Amino acid sequence: MTTQTMTAPPRSDQAPAPAPGPRRRRLPNVVRYAVLLLFVLIVLMPLYVLVVTSFKSGREIGVNGQWTLPETWTFASWEKAWLSLGPSFGRTFQLAIPVALLSSIIGAANGFVLARWRFPGADVVFTLILFGMFIPYQAVMIPLREVVLWLGVAPGIPTLIFVHTVYGIPICTLIFRNYYATVVPEELIEAGMMDGAGLLRTFRSLILPISIPGFVVTVIWQFTSAWNDYLFAIFMSNTRNGPITIALNALAGAQSPDYAASMAGALITSLPTLLVYILLGRWFIGGLMAGSVKS
Amino acid sequence: MRHRKRTWIPGLLLISPSLILLAVFVYGLIGWTVDLSMQDRHNARPSKGFVGLDNYDKLFNHDINDRFTHSLLNLLVFTVVFIVGTIVLGLLWSLLLERGARAEGFFRTVYLFPMAVSFVASGVVWRWLMNPGQGENAGGINAIFEGLGLHFLEGPWWTDPDWGMAAMAMPAVWQLSGYVMALFLAGFRGIPDELREAAVVDGATTFQLYRRVLFPQLTPTILSALIITGHMSMKMFDLIMSVSGAQWLTEVPAVYVWQTLLTRDYAKAAAISVFLLLVVAVVVVPYLIHVNRSEKRS
Repeated sequence: MTTQTMTAPPRSDQAPAPAPGPRRRRLPNVVRYAVLLLFVLIVLMPLYVLVVTSFKSGREIGVNGQWTLPETWTFASWEKAWLSLGPSFGRTFQLAIPVALLSSIIGAANGFVLARWRFPGADVVFTLILFGMFIPYQAVMIPLREVVLWLGVAPGIPTLIFVHTVYGIPICTLIFRNYYATVVPEELIEAGMMDGAGLLRTFRSLILPISIPGFVVTVIWQFTSAWNDYLFAIFMSNTRNGPITIALNALAGAQSPDYAASMAGALITSLPTLLVYILLGRWFIGGLMAGSVKS
Repeated sequence: MRHRKRTWIPGLLLISPSLILLAVFVYGLIGWTVDLSMQDRHNARPSKGFVGLDNYDKLFNHDINDRFTHSLLNLLVFTVVFIVGTIVLGLLWSLLLERGARAEGFFRTVYLFPMAVSFVASGVVWRWLMNPGQGENAGGINAIFEGLGLHFLEGPWWTDPDWGMAAMAMPAVWQLSGYVMALFLAGFRGIPDELREAAVVDGATTFQLYRRVLFPQLTPTILSALIITGHMSMKMFDLIMSVSGAQWLTEVPAVYVWQTLLTRDYAKAAAISVFLLLVVAVVVVPYLIHVNRSEKRS
């Protein structure tokens, strides 16, 4: 996601652009679809392995017949995985939902100011904000632990909510700033001022109601980042108070892991983000794709 | 007839909490880490003093078994395969889809879905797929090759001492090619139809159309894709921890930092982190300035 590409979500889902111009010689459609389908198989292959293995019983996970369907389907590994992951599953929702909402609201306010209520030096400030999303977090991690302790933020989930929200500000600001620069006409702000609206009222009553496409993108982005994060989690939490990636790594990271339970665990861990993608993905991809259409 | 004059003060006020947070937690903490990297502080006790660039010198010239250089080489192999892989696949998929395809939404969703999965979760299945056993003991992908009689394709994957990191990049390519595809699709859809039509009227062949007209328009997209995948590669940690765990064979700087912190060698961990940051900054800062300038022009 950069200023050039990942920007404004569209007002509605875009239809694919119709092929313009006269027909020319192209790759025959059969070949094209064959290649597309081949890649579908390759991309889905790990998912197939995950699902199939997670339903196998311990005896079946040998060297033979690794790729075959289970002879007897069993939920035993799912139960085992859930026993290790259950508590952190709930905790990760307590982490990812506040992070998604908080950083989106902050991003919307910042994006609005940087796009439509600019102050002198706004461009430089924007660039300085953006740099924050590229840094390797190792470069802040060592003192971060001390500062968060010193601030008195409770360890575990509250600490992680705080750090994900702070380090999510740059990306959310970028998304909203580009969104507002594309969809909010300057005249709308002018009209609000005619009615005597100040900054906050303009933002609340004129801008927020048309911000839903931006929120869809930032909420998905931040929910997924917080849910999938392992780096902050391993530095600032443990299996007792941390999110699900920590628990999954404990379950699957052993020297000779129980592959059936690990894969059931990997599926449990991935279900929420996959659901978010499948339910809201249309708008998310639309948001990504509309990026280059700039005002 | 304005009832109210817009002043910039409220805008600055609204954004200032974020600015303070980022000033402290991005720039302040980076400064702190840079300072730490120049201290003589190699255990839990306080620093024994300022040592300048000594810790960096040690990393490059006096690290046991050239461990740091080894981790940089690993990162280089990983990065090249990761960037080339995602760009090639992303571009190919977007070329196959950009003129509109039946069930385009289905293909897009399938190609993009790995992005929703965490590296920790996908590491579980890729560890299984990249089982280094061969021949009689073949597992994972090797088992497929064994079954097809393609023994020569079987490999040790990430356990290969020289090119293991190329295999380690495969899961990352699997996860992010779809995202790069979405970037390219956005790029293609942003090209005005008139450009294509004009080229076709001028009698351009399909190859010429892409080579001379469309690809030059995609330069900003390619640049973004390079920056995004490149900086992700520098941060690579979760995937390696999940597939191989922390070990010599697959160590990259981000993992080295973690291993060093476990021994409480804070100054050394800080020096590795700052070096990573510098590598990212050397590429990203000019890029951000370039983007800022080109936006002003338009």
